[in-house]
Amino acid sequence: MEPVVHLRAAVCLLGRFPALAGVDLEVDRGEVVLLRGPNGAGKTTLLRALAGLVPVAEGEAFVLGRDLRADRQAVRSLVGLLGHASGLYEDLSVSDNVSFWARAARRPKSAADGALARVGLDGRLAAVTVSRLSAGQRRRASLAVLLARDCPLWLLDEPHAGLDAAGRDLLDAIVRGAADEGRTVVFASHELDRAVALADRTVVVAAGQARLDGELPRAVSPSAVPHVA
Amino acid sequence: MWRDAVLVAGKDLRIEARSRVTTNQVLPYAVLVLVLFAFALDPDRGVLARASAGLFWVAVLFSALLMVQRSNVIETLDGARDALRLSGLDPAGIFLGKAAAVMVQLLLLEIVLGFGVVVLYGVDPAGFGVLAVTALVATWGLAGAGTIYGVLAAGQRGRETLLPLLLLPVVAPVLIAATRASESALNGVSLDVSAGDWIALLTVFAVIYTSFGVVAFGPLLEDQ
Amino acid sequence: MSNGSGRRAGTAGALTTTLGIAALLSLGVTFALGLSLPATVEQGDYSRLIAIHPGLAWASYVAFGVGALASAAWLWPRTRARSWDLLAGASMEVAVLFTALTLVTGSIWGRPTWGVWWTWDARLTLSALMFMLELGYLALRRVPADVEITANRSAVAALLSVVVVPVNHFAVEWWRTLHQGRSLMQLNPRRELDGEFIGAMLVGFLAMTLVYSWLVVHRVRVARLEAAEDESMLARALDERRAEEVTV
Repeated sequence: MEPVVHLRAAVCLLGRFPALAGVDLEVDRGEVVLLRGPNGAGKTTLLRALAGLVPVAEGEAFVLGRDLRADRQAVRSLVGLLGHASGLYEDLSVSDNVSFWARAARRPKSAADGALARVGLDGRLAAVTVSRLSAGQRRRASLAVLLARDCPLWLLDEPHAGLDAAGRDLLDAIVRGAADEGRTVVFASHELDRAVALADRTVVVAAGQARLDGELPRAVSPSAVPHVA
Repeated sequence: MWRDAVLVAGKDLRIEARSRVTTNQVLPYAVLVLVLFAFALDPDRGVLARASAGLFWVAVLFSALLMVQRSNVIETLDGARDALRLSGLDPAGIFLGKAAAVMVQLLLLEIVLGFGVVVLYGVDPAGFGVLAVTALVATWGLAGAGTIYGVLAAGQRGRETLLPLLLLPVVAPVLIAATRASESALNGVSLDVSAGDWIALLTVFAVIYTSFGVVAFGPLLEDQ
Repeated sequence: MSNGSGRRAGTAGALTTTLGIAALLSLGVTFALGLSLPATVEQGDYSRLIAIHPGLAWASYVAFGVGALASAAWLWPRTRARSWDLLAGASMEVAVLFTALTLVTGSIWGRPTWGVWWTWDARLTLSALMFMLELGYLALRRVPADVEITANRSAVAALLSVVVVPVNHFAVEWWRTLHQGRSLMQLNPRRELDGEFIGAMLVGFLAMTLVYSWLVVHRVRVARLEAAEDESMLARALDERRAEEVTV
C-alpha cells in the first residue's frame, strides 16, 4: 500500500535559511508518529511542509499520493493542522468558528456540533467569543475544528501545550480514536513521557534532518538525544 | 465559488456585527473627516456645497482604506491565514466574499455620509437615481481593487504604509469619475461628459478589478 | 560570470558597449539638434524641449510596457522563467527614472505656456499617476520576502497598474475637457511643427529608447549577479545547517 507520507532528502527554505536540510520520512496509514528533537530542529517546518504550506525546494515529497513539489495546494484540504496559532477568528463565537470551518470543508452542521460536544465546548461555552477563552479552551476549540473538518491526515504541533490534565487525556483519546478510524497522525511534542506512550513510533529531527529507521543524522551524537524509542 | 463567496462574506459581516469595528471606529472617523473639511474650507462662501461631491468621495476613499485594512487584519490574527489556505475554500470565492463584505459595509457608510453631506454642507440631494447607481458601481470597484491590494500588501512589514501607496493611485480614476457623476447629478447640469459615461467608466474599472481578483487571488494568498 | 576563467564578473559586454556608444551618440545628436532649433514666437527657447521631452515620455511608456509584458511572461506558466521577473524589475526601475524626467521636463516646458510650474494637463496628470504606480511597484518589490513570492506579487501589481492605465487615461482626459483645451502638442501651431522640429523629436525618441535599453540590460545583468550570489549562499547555508551542533 502507498504510504501516506513519503519524503526523500526533502529540503525546505524559509527565505534563505534551509530549515529542512534533507529529511527522509515514511508514514503509513493509521500510524501515529512522534517527531522529536531540540528547538530549532525543523519540526514545525516539517509539519507545515507536509501540510503544503511551505514549499519543498528539493528532494521527493508525496503526501496522500499528491506530489508536493508539483502542486502543494492539492493536499491542503485533506490535512488538519493544529499549530501554535489557533486558526480561530477572535471576534466570532466558538460555535460560529467551528461551523464556519466545517462548512468550508463541506461538512454538515451536525459535524460541527458533534465536534464541540466531543471537546466539551458545547452548551454555554459554544456561544462565547473566542477572545474571551482561556488558552486551554482555545486549544479545545481548535481541536473541535480539526475534528469537524474530518481530514485523513492530522499534523499536530505541540498539541499538549496549554491543556490541563483532563485536556491532555482528552487529546490522547482523540488521537488514538482517530488512528483507530484509519487516520494518520504526525505530531511534534516535548511532553516526552506522554508523547512516547501515545506514538507508535518516534522519528528524531535534528539540524533540519531526519533519517529512516531511527538512524540519527550524521552530525548528531546519540547521547544528545536520549530515550529514542 | 459562489457558495464559498457567500460563506466568507457572511463570516466577515458576522465578525463586524460582533466586533463593530467599522460601526464604532471607521464610521465616526468618516464623519469627522467631513467636519474637518468644513473647518478647512470656509463654510460661509458656498465652497463646501460646491465641493461636496469631491469631499464626500475623498472621505469614502479614506474610509475604504481603513476597511480594507480591517478586512485583512481579520485574516492575519492568530493563524487564520493558514487556516484559510488549508480550508479548501476556492480563492476566487474568498476574494468575492471579502470584497462583497467590504462593499456592503462601505455602502452603509456612504448612506450615513450622504446624510452628513446634506445636513452639514447644505447640499440639496437632487438626481437620486444617478447618485445611487454611481455609489453602487464606484463602491464595487473600490471594494474589488481594495481587496486585491489588501492581500498584496498583507503579511508584510510596513503594510500599513504600503497599502495607501499602492491603492490610492489605482483608485484615482474612481475618485474622478464618481465625483463628476455625483456633481452632474447634484447640479442637474449636463456637462460635456455625461454622468452615464462616467458610470460606464466606473463599471469598466470594477469589472477589470473583479475579474483580475478572481484569477489572481489564489497566487496572492501564497505567502509565508 | 561563466564566460571564461580569470574574467572579472561585470555587467559589460559587446551588447552593452554597442548600445552604450549608440545611446551616447544619438543623445549627442539630439542635444545638438535641439540647441540648433530656432526659438519660437510663442515659447521662446523652451520650444527646444521638443527634442527631449516627447522622447522621455515615450521611453517611460516603453519601460512601463516592457515591465508589464515581462510580468505577464513570468506569471504565464509556459513562459515562467526567473529572467522575466528580473527584466520586469529592471524595466520598472528605469521607468521611474524616465517618468520622473518626463514630469520635470514637462513642468519646465509648461512654465512659459501656462505661467505656472504645474498644471493639471491631462498628459502630465497621467504621467504623475504612472509615477505613483511605479513607486508603489518598487516599494512592494523592496519588501523582504521569498524570491518567488516577491516575483508573484510584483508581477500582479505591475499588471494591475497597466490595466488601469486606459481607465486613468479616459478619466483624466474627460476630467480636463471640462476645464480647458488640452495638452502641449496642440499649443504648437502646425506651421512650426515641421521639418527640423519633427526631426529633432524623432531623433530624441531613438536616443531615449537606446538609453533605456542600455540601462535595462545593465540592470538585468546586475540582478542576475545578485541572484547567482544568492544561489551560492544557499549551498553554503545548507552545509552549515547540516553540520549544526546539536545539544539537548
